Amino acid sequence: MRRSTAAVAIGAVLALAGCATDEPTAVASGTASQAAGSGTGAQSKFFVQADYDKELALLGATPTGTAGKPWEQVLEPNMVQTAKFKKPGPHKICFSNAGLNNPWRQVGFKTMQAEVETHGRQIKQFVHVDAEGKDQKQIADINDLLGKGCDALIVSPNTTATLTPAVEAACAKGLPVIVFDRGVDSTCPVTFINPIGGYGFGHVAADFISKRMKPGGKVLALRILPGVDVLETRWSAAKVAFDKAGVDVIGVEFTDGDPAKTKKIVNDYIQRYGTIDGVWMDAGAVAVAAVEAFVDAGRPVPPINGEDQLDFLKMWKDKNLTAIAPTYPTYQWRTPIIAALRVLNGEPVSSPWKLPQPTITQDNLAEYLDADMPPLHYAVCGCTDLPGYPQRWK
Amino acid sequence: MSTALTLPARRAAPGVFIALALTLAVGWLVVTIDGGQLFSQPTTVSLLHVAAGLGLVAVGQTVVIIGGSLDLSVAYVVSLSTLVAAEAMAGSNAGLLPGVGLALGVSAAIGFLNGMLVTKARINAFIATVGVGLLLKGYLDNGYDGPAGRTAPVLVQSLGYQRIGPVPVSFLLLLAVAAAIWVVLTRTRFGHHLIAVGGDPQVARLSGVRNDRVLIAAHVLCSLCAGLAGIYLASRLGSGAPRVGTEGLYDLESIAAVVLGGTALAGGSGGVAGTVGGVLLLASIDAILNQLEVDAFVKQVIRGVIIIAAVAVYARRALRKAGS
Amino acid sequence: MQLAERNRLRVRFRPGGLAPILVIFVVLLVLLGTRQPDFLSPPSLMSFLGRSAPLILLAAGQYFVIVAGEFDLSVGSLVTAQVVVAARLIDSDPSRTWPVILLLLAFGAAVGLVNGLITTRLRVSSFITTLGMYLILVGAVYLWSDGAPKGGLSEEFRRFGRRAFEDVFLVGRIPYALLILLAVAALAVLLTRSDFGRTLVAAGGNPRTAELSGVRVRHAKTLAFVLSGLAAAVAAILIGGYSGVSFQAGAGLEFGAITAVVLGGVALGGGRGSVVGAMLGALTLETLFTLMNFYGVSGALRSTVQGAIILLAVAVSAMRSVPAKGIQ
Repeated sequence: MRRSTAAVAIGAVLALAGCATDEPTAVASGTASQAAGSGTGAQSKFFVQADYDKELALLGATPTGTAGKPWEQVLEPNMVQTAKFKKPGPHKICFSNAGLNNPWRQVGFKTMQAEVETHGRQIKQFVHVDAEGKDQKQIADINDLLGKGCDALIVSPNTTATLTPAVEAACAKGLPVIVFDRGVDSTCPVTFINPIGGYGFGHVAADFISKRMKPGGKVLALRILPGVDVLETRWSAAKVAFDKAGVDVIGVEFTDGDPAKTKKIVNDYIQRYGTIDGVWMDAGAVAVAAVEAFVDAGRPVPPINGEDQLDFLKMWKDKNLTAIAPTYPTYQWRTPIIAALRVLNGEPVSSPWKLPQPTITQDNLAEYLDADMPPLHYAVCGCTDLPGYPQRWK
Repeated sequence: MSTALTLPARRAAPGVFIALALTLAVGWLVVTIDGGQLFSQPTTVSLLHVAAGLGLVAVGQTVVIIGGSLDLSVAYVVSLSTLVAAEAMAGSNAGLLPGVGLALGVSAAIGFLNGMLVTKARINAFIATVGVGLLLKGYLDNGYDGPAGRTAPVLVQSLGYQRIGPVPVSFLLLLAVAAAIWVVLTRTRFGHHLIAVGGDPQVARLSGVRNDRVLIAAHVLCSLCAGLAGIYLASRLGSGAPRVGTEGLYDLESIAAVVLGGTALAGGSGGVAGTVGGVLLLASIDAILNQLEVDAFVKQVIRGVIIIAAVAVYARRALRKAGS
Repeated sequence: MQLAERNRLRVRFRPGGLAPILVIFVVLLVLLGTRQPDFLSPPSLMSFLGRSAPLILLAAGQYFVIVAGEFDLSVGSLVTAQVVVAARLIDSDPSRTWPVILLLLAFGAAVGLVNGLITTRLRVSSFITTLGMYLILVGAVYLWSDGAPKGGLSEEFRRFGRRAFEDVFLVGRIPYALLILLAVAALAVLLTRSDFGRTLVAAGGNPRTAELSGVRVRHAKTLAFVLSGLAAAVAAILIGGYSGVSFQAGAGLEFGAITAVVLGGVALGGGRGSVVGAMLGALTLETLFTLMNFYGVSGALRSTVQGAIILLAVAVSAMRSVPAKGIQ
């Protein structure tokens, strides 16, 4: 008797509480194809030949859109209709950010905030939630934002695969979702904004280095961390380029982005191999430390790549390096705001929205080098016309 | 560390709940004034999800800390467990039990290794578990360049996203695990022995406790909890993730939660109820600061201050008790 | 040979002796020498000692804290904070070098003092005190610098960690960092032989006596934290000099220093071990990293090799002290 009462009570509680789930419908993830790898070890599981081919083709494509405003330009546009999201303003725009834990994201976020300011009264509120680099937190954050009456949701996912379910849950609420930087394994967002991508970055650098050195020369590859998708694609493209050029990759080392560790590694490689003919890196954070290691050892600096951080560009000019700086431009942080407002106005946007990805070479180095900006500022920020420049970025 | 030896076991568990209630009250007030809503359904669900992940790890950490040991390898165990589970399941419901079993088995084995290193090889727990953490880190770095495997859909639907009202199933799992461990600690011989070993290993040995066995079992239990947290995260993320444990700072945060809950790092006193309170406190502070859109760096400073202050308050109370 | 054998036995029977770490160090050095003979040439060896100086200094600082039965988990974040602060304050202006160096030393001592006072006065376990301090320092320095380091270090500041006396007779070159290290090491050894050093070891070895003798122990422990903070300041000056500004400057150094100290035969929990052992432990750790560079251990597998060697080394030295206990 008592037991049945309890059962009824529990049933009633469950019914009252509303047994619910936030689980979105699952989709199949992208398949990875295998590409041949040789001297540089096995190819990454994440290497997708089709994506690689597409990115390399995009490197040569001409963008459409306003000249001089690359953050509004599109490579190979594919317009989609957004009339169903049209809404009268002013709007509340919410942003779930993977993190602000490195200078690239800092510069990017400042650029985004400045972009929000330029739209004045069109945006009544801009909500930003920082996931501090944690997948688990970002899933909770997105869920949390769904209860806040956002008109549009911008997501910069911490990890592609693991954030997919949360983004799909957001789409299911009927909210226009805009994803940028890293993508998700889903077609539900209105658009996905990013520059050409990691394959393009890795390829441009590796191609430059292998062409500037003797055939069969020795290259040291310096990577930040294993297991970060954006960086994995850069390395996998470089690997293809080095294998094709018959370059001898003498080492692939992880630096954790620590300049002291980088210097020690480069020093030991110089001692072990006598000469090194090229240095490839998957990100510019420790490029200056790598160059210093050669300088301190009294050796000429071999062809090297960095990124568009000003400390590297300055050293490039001062030491007259043979260098190249492919970029992953921070101006892409402006585009999601622009896209969100277009979508809320019912204007068509391109999906995916591929932004141009400039490369800094000897010829255009002077254009980007601004000695007044801090050493870790990213030159290709597209922020010089924004309110608060340059003070906001200093 | 030395003070705990001379002091009687103390009951600090209620302290953390008072702090939790105060935090929620003040937080609710501030958030409401700010124009937000602290106890809206999505916010509560998010808060409890975050608490569930950290809570599972912290409850296990409580066991080893009471035994006078420590486990700094848990973050890597969590990551490994997500991968083992998701890869064994490979997206099929049929793989659910083997996946869960395998993940727990691997976790238990790591706990056993930790326990053996601490007891038989007589390596200090700090170094032993940092060392095992490094072993696992190398394995993960070398073997995985990103998320892998696919969690069984039925697990994603249940443990990952199912909830009863505002309470996720995962939080109920945490409560169940915490209750089970509470029973083990307070009602079984193993529990009494563990507290004795943590309090004074010499005395425990002299009174016939087999210290080594007790500590090994504690480490296995701790790793099992971390493994369970990994299974939960795999269900939440839909796949295995090689960096999820370290990104979540589960090693240091779990220790912080345990200490906030009133368990002394020196061992021999404390309990899981306090730990659950500690986890909820950390998660609530996080949720409140999130609602107020406080900068992540400010948050970290606040977290640091709160941890030190809480422990200072406990120490003060213990001193006063010892004095009276 | 016989004398050496007897000496070895004697060290072996003294718990916390130097024998195990010396053996491990020599083995690693021989392995390095066979793979890369020119590593052992004087100039190369001198450079290696110079770049290892920061970790050795941190290990020396950490020794004082650990031998007294405490921990200092805040040193890594302290190093990062110092480097970032130095860059912003100096802002590439050479004339600010010396004032900023003095400020860094004061800052390091102040952080150590706070750690020490919270631990001894408020009776918070040092693991928690310094873990909290770690969180506070990391958060504060990111906040203060707005997420990206600013300014720059002057060449005058950087020379301590980067430059050397070149063309020195016999040894080739002597890095400034090495001279600083030698001076600090001598000071550290003197300190361990002083009253203060003995009080520390007693405090770590027997907490009950420590409780009874009261004030003196609390002062000694607080001073130990101050020393660790000062060591972190000097290490930060050298690291900033060696490789420039970054948020990664001190990442993981607290674990490195503690591992080094334990490798060097110092017991966690306090009471035994020598500062020379701790510094030798740090040098061994640096040798291990270099060894992996020369042997081409795959980047991703490094932590596994490192973890295995640390576990093995600590287990071996723990086993060696077993007969000692049995005999006494």
